[in-house]
Amino acid sequence: MAFIPHTAEDIARMLGVIGVNGIEDLFDEIPAELRAGALSLPEPLSEMEIGRLMGERAAIDGRPLNFIGAGAYEHHIPAPVWSIATRGEFYSAYTPYQAEASQGTLQLVYEYQSMMCALTGMEVSNASLYDGASALAEACLMAVRSNRSSSSRRILMPRAVNPTYAQVARAIAGNQDISFVPVDYDRFAGVTLLEALEAYSAQDFTALIVQQPNFFGSLEEVDALTNWAHENKILLIALVNPISLALLKPPAQWGTEIAGVRGADIVCGEGQSLGVPLASGGPYFGFMATRMHYVRQMPGRIVGRTVDTEGRPGFSLTLQAREQHIRRSKATSNICTNQGLMVTAATIYMSLLGPRGLEAVAQASMQRTGELISALCQVAGVKRGFTAPHFHEAVLLLDRPAAEVLAALYRKGIIGGLDLSERYPELGSAMLVCATETKLSVDIDRYRAALTDAMSASCAT
Amino acid sequence: MTELSLREPLIFELSKPGRGAVTQFPPNVAGSVRVPENLRRRSPPALPEVSELQAVRHFTRLSQMNFSIDTHFYPLGSCTMKYNPKACNTYAMLPEFLGRHPLGPEPQGFLACMYELQGMLQEITGMQAVSLTPMAGAQGEFAGVAMIRAYHRARNDTGRTEIIVPQAAHGTNPATATMCGYTVREIPCDANGDVDIEALKLAVSPATAGIMLTNPSTLGVFERKIVQIARTVHEAGGLLYYDGANLNAILGKVRPGDMGFDVIHMNLHKTFSTPHGGGGPGSGAVGVSARLKAFLPLPIVGKENARYRWLTEGDLPQSIGRLSGFMGNAGVNLRAYIYMRLLGRQGMVRVAEFAALNANYLMKRLQAIGFEAAYPKRRASHEFIITLKQEHKAYHVSAMDVAKRLLDYGFHAPTTYFPLLVPECLLIEPTETEAKEDLDRFCDAMASIREEMRHDPEKLASAPHTMPVRRLDDVRAAKQLDLIWKGSAAYQEPLGS
Amino acid sequence: MSNNIPADLKYTKSHEWVRQTQNGALEIGITDHAQSALGDLVFVEVPDVGRALAAGETCAVVESVKAASDVYCPLAGKVVANNVALSSKPELLNEDPYGAGWLFRLEADASADMKSLMSPALYRTFLAEESK
Repeated sequence: MAFIPHTAEDIARMLGVIGVNGIEDLFDEIPAELRAGALSLPEPLSEMEIGRLMGERAAIDGRPLNFIGAGAYEHHIPAPVWSIATRGEFYSAYTPYQAEASQGTLQLVYEYQSMMCALTGMEVSNASLYDGASALAEACLMAVRSNRSSSSRRILMPRAVNPTYAQVARAIAGNQDISFVPVDYDRFAGVTLLEALEAYSAQDFTALIVQQPNFFGSLEEVDALTNWAHENKILLIALVNPISLALLKPPAQWGTEIAGVRGADIVCGEGQSLGVPLASGGPYFGFMATRMHYVRQMPGRIVGRTVDTEGRPGFSLTLQAREQHIRRSKATSNICTNQGLMVTAATIYMSLLGPRGLEAVAQASMQRTGELISALCQVAGVKRGFTAPHFHEAVLLLDRPAAEVLAALYRKGIIGGLDLSERYPELGSAMLVCATETKLSVDIDRYRAALTDAMSASCAT
Repeated sequence: MTELSLREPLIFELSKPGRGAVTQFPPNVAGSVRVPENLRRRSPPALPEVSELQAVRHFTRLSQMNFSIDTHFYPLGSCTMKYNPKACNTYAMLPEFLGRHPLGPEPQGFLACMYELQGMLQEITGMQAVSLTPMAGAQGEFAGVAMIRAYHRARNDTGRTEIIVPQAAHGTNPATATMCGYTVREIPCDANGDVDIEALKLAVSPATAGIMLTNPSTLGVFERKIVQIARTVHEAGGLLYYDGANLNAILGKVRPGDMGFDVIHMNLHKTFSTPHGGGGPGSGAVGVSARLKAFLPLPIVGKENARYRWLTEGDLPQSIGRLSGFMGNAGVNLRAYIYMRLLGRQGMVRVAEFAALNANYLMKRLQAIGFEAAYPKRRASHEFIITLKQEHKAYHVSAMDVAKRLLDYGFHAPTTYFPLLVPECLLIEPTETEAKEDLDRFCDAMASIREEMRHDPEKLASAPHTMPVRRLDDVRAAKQLDLIWKGSAAYQEPLGS
Repeated sequence: MSNNIPADLKYTKSHEWVRQTQNGALEIGITDHAQSALGDLVFVEVPDVGRALAAGETCAVVESVKAASDVYCPLAGKVVANNVALSSKPELLNEDPYGAGWLFRLEADASADMKSLMSPALYRTFLAEESK
């Protein structure tokens, strides 16, 4: 039942003050012919009943051992992260428009912005977007607004970029007549082909997207790609994994200085790996950072530090003239609600891990993936897909249909990887696998044993 | 030492090299994988190095500087700040749900919840199909308008380039129309808060793609001419988009589908009580009439032979596509599902009833104290507008002053200066979960502030007085941009060097 | 609300002013009324030198904490100078909208028609009408 505190006496007195006979009278401006009849909805449940129902549903799904990444990664989440993030003062607060009553959220977002700039090397970060895919779409729109030396509204989208992200970018930016041109990858190394880009050197493009590590888990030659973009007056959008940045060169330092500019122009990505659970797909959060030069083209909320009337430091939302509630049809984006609670979790996560902890997570994930690949490649019919160095994901090629193998693994409680056959038919039977620091040798052994069975079983059929 | 203060240092100021919450660090893993030299990071990122207790205390103290529903009455108009039941969070955070990777085999337990949620939202809005994919209201709006565009295009009706939006609309409406490649045509409202029908008739044309409407409107009143509006727009070949911002007001009383709307977004974080989280996440599920079904954003949950599965491009080839990397804000949707099951058929209708009771009671009481309602002849929906234009003239106090002073009395401020049409306005939405006593206390505070306007206006102008900070210098914030902590460079030097 | 309307300038309905300078170029800014309505400016963006502008084209942005507004080019022409001081001191526009707060100078095209602009008296009447 609804969470209604009113007693019969309260209701009677309130109706008296309003001057009506019953609650129904409050709806007398709604034309009678529009009024809804009885709704066909389930009966109310008590908390005990919903608890039992949800427990049963959860039990159906169980807790399989997971080896998929592909944009959402299973890392250990320290106990304090969600214990604090779900405190009512964070969980049930609104957007910090009343700054004096929201200093906690505002200071936290300022700290978050500082941390994201520390990771990416950029000068300014926003307070979050919905997720990595929609952040990439917003980055494309932002690039079109920002790159004044281009009028093409064409963006280079390598095939080694997460294909779902490419779909989302098309669905969102496509409505503003922005088009995407694919760039092929090296079938041997699994990285974007610089030669494929060279073919476009003489043409007008607005931006080049570089994902590092790319969708296959391979490390791109980011310096060469960035330099190529800047030599051709093309903005570089870096799509990065924040955990990997503890080990990898920050996007602000990609390439060399060309015409006074070095590194990525816009950095975006999926923030989920920073303390946010997999949770069947969300809520996660998208992040975005850029140069100060482009700050007025950036979508989303930004928190600034200022002073109050007594000169004491305090925090407030700033640069709001970019946003929809002021600029309306000329706003940088229609985004309003973002993913504040996930940012709260990420900020606590990054504080607990710090530079050394984050590096240890990145390092352990990379080593575990190395161990996983070595173990699985010992199984007959399994081999590595690409030669380029990997971070914490890699492509494996199978001599049996990946779908059958993955189904057999799932029957043994293992989610073995992502079937790439549909997205990249040229690879044949391929799957993308991932291990993070949460996968121990015993888990990898279990996977290898199950894969050995699955490969021979599907061989027999 | 200084006296105890509410100020909390930045987490970076608590940091010392070599310190760390080491229990949270993963054990070392031996291995031979190396990052190539040219791709390697040269110096560690300037993240804080603090102990676990320092982090816990810091963020707990920050939380204590926030107003929230759990701690304060939060009558923020248009935002529906009602109680977020704890059960919704607890049961959405069961480890099986939290641990599930979105790209694994379809989890039948979770999908059963999503499938049923789609059905309940469909029933309650009177629409024909629902997609849970959009991640917030603004993305739901985007999906809605993109579907309108896809619909016209599929019919080769390419001359439709305009979206009509009433002046009082939320800023996301015109911003969304632009994102979808449309131009915006604004139309006025009449003196009673209804859409000006004559202006609408002049505005519609073969260029009209559709209209975006909120009902009850942002003015806190039910749009009485909705049937006429729907007919006018449909006759011109346009479609009707329903902005679900105010759905709480009419839950179970009247359904957008029955009013003639073709597409609607719902803010699950308002109407279905998932948390606002200090700015998000929300969820902006969309519902459509039969003619827009083919264009819904993906994925959607389908059911075949007692198995649930994600419907994808193969099932809906005309879809406007994907808006998120995975399945939208799945965990938010799960909370909305739990909320709806707790309320059930009977509870759902009571939401609108008691939201309306609280709003109309509060409006009458504030009028009795002497405040002027913007639309005194109308029933309040679930919210209403007070205008302080008289007080502004008489005592030089602004709506902002009253809002800030309310914080000192322990109430979150109502929405101020929205809608822009009404001068010096406060948009007040009490929601159904507040008790009469709390509404009465709010009225007492407003009466007291009214006295202060007369006798001590300076007290209002300089409010708030009891918060961690006084009013902030927004001009300085925007001119001397200080957006990140700049101690990074100094921080990287080892201590004592 | 402040409302100074110098007699030696021409005006537009979107609150720009135009000054004929001695060397023939046109100096362009926004009026006292406009700056006062916007409040404390925190950011001003002026067009690049060399940019060709059509009459009515969006050519500059003025932004305060609570509002942002586009500036429309009153006449067609080419930008020959811009007020770089505004990028670090947007307050110049609040303090001196007709002097130190100028936005840019334009070499008008031959087709540009000064008669399309309003006289001070007409602008004054226009403001009075608008505030009704």
